[in-house]
Amino acid sequence: MSRPSDHYDSPAPAPASDDVIQPRLGLVGWLRWFWRQLTNMRTALFLLLLLAIAAVPGSLVPQRSSDPNGVTQYFADNPDLAPVLDKIQAFDVYSSAWFSAIYLLLFISLIGCVIPRTKHHFQALRAQPPRTPARLMRLAGFTERTAPAGTDAAAAVDSARSLLKKSGYRVALFDSAPARGGREFSASAERGYLRETGNLVFHFALVGILITVGFGSGFGFSGQRVLVEGQTFVNTLLAYDSFSPGRFFSDSSLEPYKLTLDDFSVTYETQNLEAYGQAIDYSAAVSVTRRGEALQTGVVKVNAPMRTGGTDVYLLGNGYAPSITVKDPNGVVVFTDAVPFLPQDANLTSLGVIKVPDGLSEQLGMIGFFYPTQAASSTGAFYSSYPDLEYPMLTLNIYSGDLGLNAGVPTSVYSLNTDKMTRLTGGKTGVESLELKPGETQQLPNGLGSVTFNDAHPGAAANDFSGSVLRFASFDIHHDPTQVWVLSFAILALLGLLTSLFVPRRRVWVKAIESEDGSLTLEYAGLARGEDPALEAAVTDIADRHGRLLVSSTSAVPATEQN
Amino acid sequence: MNLNELSILSLYSAMAVYALAFISFAFDLAKRSAAVKTADEATGLAALASVPVGVGAANGAQPAGRDATLDPGKPAGKAGAAASAGTIVNRISARIANDAATPYGRSKSLRIGVSLTVLAWAIHLMADVLRGFAAGRVPWANMYEFAMTGTLLIVTVFLIVLTRADLRFLGTFVTGMVLVLLGIAALRFYVEVAPLPPALQSAWLVIHVFVASLGTGFFALGFALSVVQLLQFRREALVTTAGRVRLRFLATLPSAATLENLAYRVHIIGFILWTFTLMAGSIWAEKAWGRYWGWDTKEVWTFIIWTIYAGYIHARATRGWRGSRSAWLAIVGFSAVMFNFGVVNVFFKGLHAYSGL
Ligand code: HEM
Repeated sequence: MSRPSDHYDSPAPAPASDDVIQPRLGLVGWLRWFWRQLTNMRTALFLLLLLAIAAVPGSLVPQRSSDPNGVTQYFADNPDLAPVLDKIQAFDVYSSAWFSAIYLLLFISLIGCVIPRTKHHFQALRAQPPRTPARLMRLAGFTERTAPAGTDAAAAVDSARSLLKKSGYRVALFDSAPARGGREFSASAERGYLRETGNLVFHFALVGILITVGFGSGFGFSGQRVLVEGQTFVNTLLAYDSFSPGRFFSDSSLEPYKLTLDDFSVTYETQNLEAYGQAIDYSAAVSVTRRGEALQTGVVKVNAPMRTGGTDVYLLGNGYAPSITVKDPNGVVVFTDAVPFLPQDANLTSLGVIKVPDGLSEQLGMIGFFYPTQAASSTGAFYSSYPDLEYPMLTLNIYSGDLGLNAGVPTSVYSLNTDKMTRLTGGKTGVESLELKPGETQQLPNGLGSVTFNDAHPGAAANDFSGSVLRFASFDIHHDPTQVWVLSFAILALLGLLTSLFVPRRRVWVKAIESEDGSLTLEYAGLARGEDPALEAAVTDIADRHGRLLVSSTSAVPATEQN
Repeated sequence: MNLNELSILSLYSAMAVYALAFISFAFDLAKRSAAVKTADEATGLAALASVPVGVGAANGAQPAGRDATLDPGKPAGKAGAAASAGTIVNRISARIANDAATPYGRSKSLRIGVSLTVLAWAIHLMADVLRGFAAGRVPWANMYEFAMTGTLLIVTVFLIVLTRADLRFLGTFVTGMVLVLLGIAALRFYVEVAPLPPALQSAWLVIHVFVASLGTGFFALGFALSVVQLLQFRREALVTTAGRVRLRFLATLPSAATLENLAYRVHIIGFILWTFTLMAGSIWAEKAWGRYWGWDTKEVWTFIIWTIYAGYIHARATRGWRGSRSAWLAIVGFSAVMFNFGVVNVFFKGLHAYSGL
């Protein structure tokens, strides 16, 4: 067989005897030996299981690729262990040297295994079924029948041939040497070449997936961008908040379309009290303008990305973006912006940072909490009791001093480094934190100026806050040219798997033996190649159908000849 | 009483009936043991037998090739009834040998066990459907519902396979496992009906999770068969060395070789469903998270399980690995499936945070 030598279906190896002195192997000999080891079934099995084991640690320890914050946290929690784990790439398991080594070896083994099999399979596809064995008796499903009187041996085998052909067998006829006088004809048939084809397609498709994933994804990119309602983004490198290009990515491939977040709406559950306030729908209404084309509107939802300009736009996150204006003591605006606040819990208690570097006597930083529906616990601490805007409230803690923006070190817009700053409100300062409802203004401590929480919908009725604060949506924008390929290979793999596991590969023989008294004995038997539970039933079925065929053809002959 | 309360009531009723079915099945096993003991004493071969007890051969079933490595494709007994090649169910049903060492008919308790299982299944189905109506969507969107639907599918697979192959002897295992899982689900995983969060509002939830549960049903059955295969293998070894066999009822079950073939056929169906689960999950992940594969913990475990079962299939085709070794791989594989469901969902951090707990 073409399968690796330790496939169960291959002939058993000759028992190794101890006194054979192995000839010394040269370099080529060693390479050949190594290659044979790599491409046998046992190695494949070992590597497969090793791969399964090697994948486990990546689920126990946070991974940089999927959970970078988790990694930071892990370093903070386990300061001694984390650097050691990092040395062995435990935080990048799936791109680590050892994980890659395992799957690369596995795939080399796979290729080394599949190529010779493909060659053999092509030969097998063109070859004739093998000669009928002399004795069928010991084979699977052996069935013996007596042909209707008057049947000719050659004709019987001929009709067996057409029957087998119709059932998808490839058939060869043999005219055996006369045994003890009578003549003997046989049909040797084989079917199920598709089984091996399916298996090869499956393994090749796996290689296809690996190659497309490995190389192809280098041409894509992924980027993130936060947009507040009303804001517009132009698809260029600089407009992204974060951007990770593939290895072969060039920024000239970005199509500079314009995308505006017109409206972001959330629907909350209000009927089911068990799930009251749970978000049941997020919809980002956007409009897109591509160069030289008219404006188009669309909706991006979770589970329903928008495809535009060669990119896919996904809705990943959302929250509130309170609009804040800071003025100096003279009433000159030094800062005004809608600032995205990061949600901290299911009811959207949100945390945000405002930095005012210029225009005031000192640099100013604010840490703000936003509660869409403010409530106070028994200890007096605020929390949000509902995610929609029922009773919005913004609290601000003010810091003055050095924001650390001039050090040349990139700083996150979502965090404030207060090392070189003085706290002016809250905590032990004895000054109350600022509390603002939409539309309200308060003076900053120390006469620094004033801060306003702008109402986004100023004309609304007194108790209607529903439009008072803008929302933001965070979009992931991707381009992955390999997706279609990976999917195609995966489908191919699945189809190959189905054929290779469910198409039976078998040989069937039909033999017609004339005996001296002129009667004709028919013998049927089969041989499974690989797993084939239905073989015996199939042989019996062929014998039955052949019998009926012979009866109908002999009864068509004039009755006189039948005695 | 609203639909969900009705569903809970049905679920508890189903559990009660499963418990009764479990007792019946256990009773049947006990009776089998007793029958084997009697047969052994009657033939006086109990301690001396060097071949499987003679009754089986007398019954026309040829003793199975005990060395599975040498005699893999060969029939282990009589051919199954009329079989048109190629259909999936047929693959399981064909050539189910009655090659037990001590053949044993269907006892009354066995038949009662099967009837009770069918009854429990019907009530279980009702519980599941009612939960679906109560929620106004498919009933598999949190751990409680996964467990309810997954166990329903395990029993469904079991009952369908029963119409094709006599695996009634697995009744104790199936009802027992389902009972334990439902118990954990009802006590630990229960959550009130809640609407789907946006991340789960997708046709892929219906497909992906359903196929995964169905695959789990086949893996569960395959696991049970592999366990029995190992026990049977030990029994056969003990019999040849005239050792003492503890679980006597094993003598009334198919030979290890037959069990191995059955287990394999059940497993490959499970494997194909799992492959599809993996693919459907990737397609969904692409839609929901913008990438088809990101080594999220749940993805990692789905991959691990897939790889272990691919290993199992390879082992079945590797000389020296057929028989008991490959059975152990199947057992490891199912342990990973259970781990993925019970531990990864609940304790591991990841994007798939929808256990509802
Ligand atoms: C990425 C690694 C591999 C995976 C995931 C894999 C998976 C599979 C699966 C699922 C099957 C059963 C379905 C079928 O018959 O088509 C199979 C069969 C097979 N594989 Fe692989 N395989 C891998 C590597 C290899 C390697 C390296 C070899 C060669 C040494 C190999 C040789 C075979 C053979 C001979 C069969 C047929 C088994 C039989 O006769 O039942 N595979 N493989």
